[in-house]
Amino acid sequence: MTDGRERPPLWSVALVSSAALAAEILLTRLFALVHWYHFAYMIISLALLGYGASGTFLAITQRRLLVRFRVAYLANLGGFAVLVIACPILARSLPFQAEQLLWDPWQPLWLALLFLVLSLPFFCTANAIGLALTAFRDRAGRTYAADLVGAGLGAVGVLGLLYALWPEDILRVVAGTGLLAVWVGAVELGVRSRFLPLLVALGLAALAGIPREALRLEPGPYKDLSQALQVAGTRVLLERSSPLGRVTVIESPQVPLRYAPGLSLNSTSEPPAQLGVFTDGEAMRAITAASDDPGRLAFLSGTTSALPYRLARPRDVLVPEAGGGMEILRALTQGAAEVDALELDPEVARLLTADFRDFTGNLAGRPGVSLHLAEARGFLAATDRRYDLIQLAPAGGPRGGLGGIGEDYVHTVEAFRLYLGHLAPGGFLSLTQSVQVPPRDGLKGVATAVAALESDGVVDPGSRLVMIRGWQTSTLLLKNGAVTPAEVERLREFCDELSFDLVWYPGMTRGEANVHNQLPGPWYYDALSSLLGPERGAFIAAYDFDIRPATDARPYFANFFRWKTLSAALAARERGGMALLEGGYLLLVATLLIAVAAGAVLILLPLGLFVPLRGVPRGRRWRVFAYFTAIGLAFLFVEIVFLHRLTLLVHHPTVALALVLATFLLAAGAGSAWAGRTDPGRSGRTLAAAAAAILLLGSAYALGLDALLPGAAAWPVPARAAVAAALLAPLAFFMGMPFPLALRELDEPLVPWAWGINGCASVVSAIIATLLAVDLGFDAVLWIALGIYALVPAVFPGRSERPVRGDAGRRINAAC
Amino acid sequence: MERLRFILPALVGAFACAIAGPAPGTESPDYESERRALLREIERDVRDTARYINRRSLDERVMSAMMAVPRHEFVRPEDRGRAYQNSPLPIGHGQTISQPYIVAVMTDLAVPAPGCRALEVGTGSGYQAAVLAELCEEVYTLEIIEPLGEQARERLARLGYDNVTVRIGDGYYGWEEHAPFDVILVTAVASHVPPPLLRQLRPGGRMVLPVGGRFTTQQLVLVEKRPDGKVTTRQLLPVAFVPLTGGHD
Repeated sequence: MTDGRERPPLWSVALVSSAALAAEILLTRLFALVHWYHFAYMIISLALLGYGASGTFLAITQRRLLVRFRVAYLANLGGFAVLVIACPILARSLPFQAEQLLWDPWQPLWLALLFLVLSLPFFCTANAIGLALTAFRDRAGRTYAADLVGAGLGAVGVLGLLYALWPEDILRVVAGTGLLAVWVGAVELGVRSRFLPLLVALGLAALAGIPREALRLEPGPYKDLSQALQVAGTRVLLERSSPLGRVTVIESPQVPLRYAPGLSLNSTSEPPAQLGVFTDGEAMRAITAASDDPGRLAFLSGTTSALPYRLARPRDVLVPEAGGGMEILRALTQGAAEVDALELDPEVARLLTADFRDFTGNLAGRPGVSLHLAEARGFLAATDRRYDLIQLAPAGGPRGGLGGIGEDYVHTVEAFRLYLGHLAPGGFLSLTQSVQVPPRDGLKGVATAVAALESDGVVDPGSRLVMIRGWQTSTLLLKNGAVTPAEVERLREFCDELSFDLVWYPGMTRGEANVHNQLPGPWYYDALSSLLGPERGAFIAAYDFDIRPATDARPYFANFFRWKTLSAALAARERGGMALLEGGYLLLVATLLIAVAAGAVLILLPLGLFVPLRGVPRGRRWRVFAYFTAIGLAFLFVEIVFLHRLTLLVHHPTVALALVLATFLLAAGAGSAWAGRTDPGRSGRTLAAAAAAILLLGSAYALGLDALLPGAAAWPVPARAAVAAALLAPLAFFMGMPFPLALRELDEPLVPWAWGINGCASVVSAIIATLLAVDLGFDAVLWIALGIYALVPAVFPGRSERPVRGDAGRRINAAC
Repeated sequence: MERLRFILPALVGAFACAIAGPAPGTESPDYESERRALLREIERDVRDTARYINRRSLDERVMSAMMAVPRHEFVRPEDRGRAYQNSPLPIGHGQTISQPYIVAVMTDLAVPAPGCRALEVGTGSGYQAAVLAELCEEVYTLEIIEPLGEQARERLARLGYDNVTVRIGDGYYGWEEHAPFDVILVTAVASHVPPPLLRQLRPGGRMVLPVGGRFTTQQLVLVEKRPDGKVTTRQLLPVAFVPLTGGHD
């Protein structure tokens, strides 16, 4: 096999590697649709679990498998092709419902089973690649390069395909690529079989023949879309898919939608015909029909978000999230002359400009209205235009206690400063949110606004704030200038007329609060008094929910979880307190626990049973454990941090994901290959140099990236992407070195352990990084990772004085 | 390999046992004592939350109604073993039967007087309507999801709740021919309170809305229509939990 005449199956390795990475990204999409986007972390973990478990499996079985390398290799490629399509279907039949996790004791078990089922295709891929690396150890570098190039292409390719095909059909493409890899692998390895091409052809035909309905993953039963479709007569008008989500438009002629969140109880207005727009089956927005009857649109002036139009007569309005166009319509009906509306998702924008153009009376094309395909921060960074009103959409996405763990760069201190900088004198920034009891969103909005105003040098932020609330929504206004007595007068009139409560205006007294929509006390007024006073820090620290200002480093505006509240919330769980539990964060914790258990059982336990460490000194065991745990954690910490920081740089989550994955795969792979060519006698020194380079580059980015971001924000996307890749590549290159440098120092029993320990650390690291980021921020996560890299040379295992027994160690060493 | 031969079956066996476990729905069918225990739990919880829901105990009539209604008849057969746990349960079609504690507090907040006429928007399983039926003269309930409405209608009739009328349809316009109502419970709230429902609330009447997720109630909104027709709301946290509010209290 390795006599030099045969060549490693590079093409099939690249094919299956690209398919596996595509599957990983695809599964995050599909699970965001069926459940929640929180499952992205689970998918990363389970893919890594498949790879880690494969390392252990090969360490135990490779002698037998290598004897039948061709069969074993092709079987694993075929296994991937079958399982990558079968496992999501099987997972669909598991009765897992994330919403029921809070109270149903069976759900964690189903979640664990889901985790294991979905890791199977990745286990097969890792087996195939691991076998190829080991069997052709003399040319392992080329195989490894094929693996990385394939994975990089898979990352970019699947994101492109997501714009063109349905995720279910991409699943066919991914499985088909796996089958193609079987055929290509057979050709590469010189397997002469009449049946194999036939089998592959039959498999491809079967894939093509599977009806889409059989593959289709529907939103879970508790998602807003599923609920809406239960209503008689409701039907889907249009459905489209992109990497940003599946957009569904429904109409409900028998029971009209009547979407008017925050409408005053005093309002008698009923909204006109509307269509519902859902992204990934939730977060409904409405497209409102054109109406010649102004009375039908009166509901737009009966909500708390109409407040800025009553205080002033904004002429130039920015709507950062156009969605179904309701804020555009509100602006026009309230007299705005110029409206800039932004929408990142082209599929959503098309609804207004093409699909339902007539339904809306050509809302997006009306004089003065400009609809831009852009994200708010990128758009504003590229313009000097100033607005009389910037009307922000509510933060957080899905509700019901399961929001929170999604990065949101629209509602941070830095973002608010950018908005404030684009307000005309006397202009308003408006933020409408749902009213939660006990108060959470509203207070975080105020804390973030106050921090932004103070960062801009405003000495008395309270003089520029106005806030009101109904029973359902609150609206916070930040003014570019001091609020005037005339505005306060109009504010009072507005609240009296619509029975909204005053929360804050400069000079307000406590007795004016909590009149129409009574909470047990004037909680909002009291909280704002504290947030605007000298005791702000103590108040935030003592509050039972996390209402610290959201920042770019900790962009979790919708997360309110605090560990100190958990025991009280758990105790109150069966006494009406279930809503106090921040499910998004807890789901992440549950995933971490499952990942730790799965890693221990599937990776470390078999090693303990089959690869004993007899004769290896205890000190050396601990060094190996510490070293490979450390680099496993630190590598993904850095990768996750840059994924988020570069999202901010390129202003597009999909481009950022493709960029970070492709750059890390290629550059770290190159670093890894280069490390293999360095002098084996100087591994310790090489490692120290690599760690120093990581520290230097990482520290420079940690300290200097913020300075770069505002400047680059105005550049075109390709330029920003190129800068991001150029920044990332050197760091990733050096980060690819520590693993192979240490692995080649190890002898046989320790090599599989090193793989296993590193695999376990990788499985949990993405989740730990996010949990740390929520609490401490991404900067802290980066510094922790750099701290780990600084300590790594101290636990470098070095070469053992014991002779290497057998060749398994060398085989696996060669593999990296 | 020898060790694997013994260990793997043990692991698989343990996992299978964990999966199988005691099957839901096979627990003791002594529903009456389970219901009594549930009510004791609710009484204790109400005492704990007295400060926040403005009462130390619930109206005895409400507790009697809760005792009278067989909740196990309103859940799916496979969930009957959990019918008297103080937790919500799925009832199909993406809907849930509310937590009994929340049902009790909501009913008490609505203060149904003898002889009252109640409207419920969102019949679901029919459990809340049955509790109201124990307290009111007439209960009118609207369900938008047809299969759920049919099931609830059949179930309520079977259990003898003759004073409950179920209609399948849009709840936005209430039920004009039976208006005004002394009590309106809106358990399936849309994006706002429909103005027609407020119009159909008798002056002095009360409307209660649970607000939150599918399984969780974040707040109970009590809408009161004063005799002069003016409307105020009270937002109640159904749990003994209050965040720090700056020491002004």
